[in-house]
Amino acid sequence: MSRKNLIGLLPIAAVLLIPLLTQNPYLLHMFILSLLWIVLGQSWNLLGGYTGQISYGHAAFFGVGAYTTGIMVKSGQSPSTAWWGLLFGGLMAALVAAFIGWVCFRLRGSYFSLSVLALSEVLRLVAVNWNRLTNGAEGILFIPAFTQKTYYYYIVFALAAVNLGVIRWVMRSKPGYYFLAIREDQDCAESLGIDTTKYKLLSLLISAFFTGAAGAFYMNYMGFIDPGIVFSIADISIMMILVTMLGGAATKWGPAVGAILFILVSEIFRVWVGSGHLLFFGVLIIAIIIYFPNGIVGTLVDRRTRKRRLRGAEAVA
Amino acid sequence: MTALLELKDVTKRFGGLQAVGHMTFSLDKGEILGLIGPNGAGKTTIFNLINGFYPPTSGTILFKGKRIDGLKPHTVCRLGLARTFQVVKPLARLSVLDNVMVSAFSRTNHREEARTTALEATTFTEMDAWRDVPAGSLPLGMRKRLEMARALATKPEILLLDENFAGLNPTEVEKTNAIVKKIHATGITILIIEHNMRVIMAISHRLICINYGEKIAEGTPQEVATNPQVVEAYLGAAHA
Repeated sequence: MSRKNLIGLLPIAAVLLIPLLTQNPYLLHMFILSLLWIVLGQSWNLLGGYTGQISYGHAAFFGVGAYTTGIMVKSGQSPSTAWWGLLFGGLMAALVAAFIGWVCFRLRGSYFSLSVLALSEVLRLVAVNWNRLTNGAEGILFIPAFTQKTYYYYIVFALAAVNLGVIRWVMRSKPGYYFLAIREDQDCAESLGIDTTKYKLLSLLISAFFTGAAGAFYMNYMGFIDPGIVFSIADISIMMILVTMLGGAATKWGPAVGAILFILVSEIFRVWVGSGHLLFFGVLIIAIIIYFPNGIVGTLVDRRTRKRRLRGAEAVA
Repeated sequence: MTALLELKDVTKRFGGLQAVGHMTFSLDKGEILGLIGPNGAGKTTIFNLINGFYPPTSGTILFKGKRIDGLKPHTVCRLGLARTFQVVKPLARLSVLDNVMVSAFSRTNHREEARTTALEATTFTEMDAWRDVPAGSLPLGMRKRLEMARALATKPEILLLDENFAGLNPTEVEKTNAIVKKIHATGITILIIEHNMRVIMAISHRLICINYGEKIAEGTPQEVATNPQVVEAYLGAAHA
């Protein structure tokens, strides 16, 4: 392993040590939420940032993951077995994704973006009305398996690490190159031998799987979900976009930076301002798109490469 | 000689407009066949039909004796038929090398192999110095050459070149000419669309001239250039 990779691992190691330094439940809660949103941001980024397929309805996959776990417990499993929900929730979300992707990815343009938005609303209504399965609008409540937050911290940390690892690995191999080609120009991608429908679907499946797993974690951790929370357009789907755009779409660390800032700002609003966070984020996303279309990490990376190129040009001259 | 590619009575209509009508020709192995005709004659449409972007309205297209009409472009590419685009399509935010690697992945699943193929293709097209440049910031001449490098990296048997000389300065034209000849020397069969008459007359073994989607002449460059119908299509009836 190169030295650069080792330096890259340092922040990960530091994050791993956090629960040894503090047992403060409030702080740990913030860290857990940040990690959860890192998973959500990274998953959206794979499909939206790298593959260029914008989803306005990722709450569909989050909700399916959460409800899969919730229904497992509701049907008599103990909350600790619900950890399998991370796997099953992810798989169920991928199944739903396979359906919508198989239908929509033959087409180009906004069909997928809008269909997945509709899908998340349809699923929310199903969750509200299918009382016998989902408890309807009352939602699902159970006592979480652990009282110690440290466990949750390490579980969501593992999820985020696996998520990051899988995405890095995919982006360095053939599918990753194909995702980028599809984002840049689909006609060109096709003529270079890329089955665009298949690879868009692959990107969506990976993205939906991890989003579903994150939903399952959310159910396990919070112990309560209802349709309005997990299928929320404003609080899940749009925030996943915001987190990615804020940090920098199609960058390695962008979603992580975006997620941490997002949790920080949300908390500031919750504690000191009370309400209005949606309005604030709305204005923020407009500002990002106008002034920093590459997000925080994207802008920094751009600046660095431009400097390096300038230096290169000077060296030549 | 056996025909590597055959078009048999291929017609393409867009609504009431016939873009290509009853097109029949064949491309022999090892040949350079030129496709000429005035703007809007349907040359690029023929490429789009061969490469699978459009299914023909009627007629058949055979590659090595097997039908390829109606297949998707990615399948056609994998069979060994690569193309370049007249309106260049660089993958703008990817480096030149990554652009070529993308197409090299059509023949391998391994990153290192794709990289090796891409390095070879960029060297072959003399783009070594441009490898790390984002394709979106290349000058036009290099974009045209990137099209060729990418097509080559898919290891084709037939290469469809769509106006790779257009917009180039005389030095670049010379360079591209040499590269096309080098490509042909490796055993790749070439179908080329070109408006630069000096280039295409010199490079092609055979020429086909089309006008309003129909073939009006076929033969050696000399025969086609002196064909009255061809002269009329380009210069008007007064000169024919």
